[in-house]
Amino acid sequence: MKPAARKKIIQAIGFLALRAAMALVLGVLLLFLYDIGKKGGGVISWEFLSQAPRRGMTEGGIFPAIFGTFLVTVITAVLSVPLGMCAAIYLNEYAKQTGLTRLIRLSIRNLSGVPSIVYGLFGVILFVNAMRFGTSVLSAGLTLGLMTLPWTITASEEALKTIPNSYREGALALGATKWQMIRTNVLPYAVPGMLTGTVLGLARAAGETAPILFTGAAFYLPFLPRSLGDQFMALPYHLYIMATQHHAVLQVRPLAYGTALVLIVLVLGMNMTAVIIRYRLRRKQR
Amino acid sequence: MRKKKWSNLKEAAIRAFFFTCGILAILVLIGIFLTLLSTAVPAFREIKISEFLTSTHWDPTSPEKAEYGLLSMIVSTLMVTIGALLLAVPIGIGVAAYLSDVAHWRVREVLKPVIEILAGIPSVVVGFLGLVLFGPAIAKIFHTGNGLNAVNGSVLLAIMSLPTIISISEDSLNAVPRAYSEASLALGASPWQTLFRVKLPAALSGIIAACMLGMGRAIGETMTVLMATGNARSFPHGFLDSVRTMTANIAIELGEVPYYTTHYYALFAIGLVLFIMTFAVNLAADVVLRKYQEREQ
Repeated sequence: MKPAARKKIIQAIGFLALRAAMALVLGVLLLFLYDIGKKGGGVISWEFLSQAPRRGMTEGGIFPAIFGTFLVTVITAVLSVPLGMCAAIYLNEYAKQTGLTRLIRLSIRNLSGVPSIVYGLFGVILFVNAMRFGTSVLSAGLTLGLMTLPWTITASEEALKTIPNSYREGALALGATKWQMIRTNVLPYAVPGMLTGTVLGLARAAGETAPILFTGAAFYLPFLPRSLGDQFMALPYHLYIMATQHHAVLQVRPLAYGTALVLIVLVLGMNMTAVIIRYRLRRKQR
Repeated sequence: MRKKKWSNLKEAAIRAFFFTCGILAILVLIGIFLTLLSTAVPAFREIKISEFLTSTHWDPTSPEKAEYGLLSMIVSTLMVTIGALLLAVPIGIGVAAYLSDVAHWRVREVLKPVIEILAGIPSVVVGFLGLVLFGPAIAKIFHTGNGLNAVNGSVLLAIMSLPTIISISEDSLNAVPRAYSEASLALGASPWQTLFRVKLPAALSGIIAACMLGMGRAIGETMTVLMATGNARSFPHGFLDSVRTMTANIAIELGEVPYYTTHYYALFAIGLVLFIMTFAVNLAADVVLRKYQEREQ
């Protein structure tokens, strides 16, 4: 065989292997979505979405879990979004390249690699015990808030980086102080981008189970949480219970599939919204 | 004049506020470490550290003699992690190379969000699918009882660490200077040869960092392994054995354990071991990535 022909064949085989890898990943994703969509779709009804579980969670719906996940995500956002934004403002607008700044960045990168269950342990000690919030929706939300902090900081900083320096220089040249410059010429343009980035982090938090296992999520509650000190039901924890801990796991499998579908639609819905908005923002900026 | 002074003071106060938010990241990281450490230490009033790290028997609720040996769980964690990497590294690098060098840019624009979707699937859903989808399949293929074993965990963790490996590997492939591939192509190398012998080696440190970050994710993952590996406490002898990882053990036992007992403290000691392991892996990845970026500049 001629070397040129051999080269071509090797290239064809090589590229085919790369395409196969891509196809495999796509296939797994489609299999996931198809299986959950097909088996969960049949369970979804207005009753399923709007009612509480009945008869030892063998019938009824998942409304308390949807509500609980919504509530805990709001608390997560209240802690994580403002703190993350302010930290990003410090890093991008104020901080100089010092050892301390490098240490902050290193900490942020390392925080995003801390296992979620370790955040759960930290939440037990700090929020449940030391601060005496008990196992509650507040403790769980704050735990998730700390977990999402590195993601919100990174996402917010990305948004700040897209603001051209000429905006800043223009304000400073007119005699504005640093804070005036940030408030009038940086934040108004950066906040939409910051928010979309943080929504991605919140979506991940909404789907997390390990950090809330011991900080506030409840197996079953006949009522909705009335205050921040109450325990709550959450979609991911409910799925875990329905899949493995229920006394009749096989009987309630359809309900587990339904829960999985609702959870995935919720999380991916938040993701998609953020991705689409981000895409539009980028186009506008060009 | 006084107004100016007031304004300076205000500026300084605002700066101080943002600075406080900035150093919060350091405080949280140190806080997590110190909390775990101080809660883990009381465990070693009753448990010998050598026993904790080298014994394979974990039976804290035994009526005769409570045993706290972590080794089976460390081995289990490493097994599913290594299994996951064996699957995810070649596939992840393949996909990254496909996205950076083979795919048309329009296809790439569609596929990159798809990878993000995969990253967005909650771990409990992945674990559920391991239980209902992969479990029965693995049981059929390998003729084992229920398919809840280390193989299942490895497959799921591979899926969970793929997005990390793909996106960072692709970034580092894209960061290889154009001049490298142009020079290679101009010398008559085929696009495949250019990719395989020029771009991949040039991006190697970034790819290694990507794999390490994926590994960190796999070590710390809880819900997927909890639901899909069967959680047997015995020492695993092969990939078809049911395994219980460190993360899964914390998730199983922390809910039932009475506060402030040796068992309770021992679970935090496991958390500390986990923290140190992931911290080391992530830090190493960071150093590799940093070196690589410095060289680029």
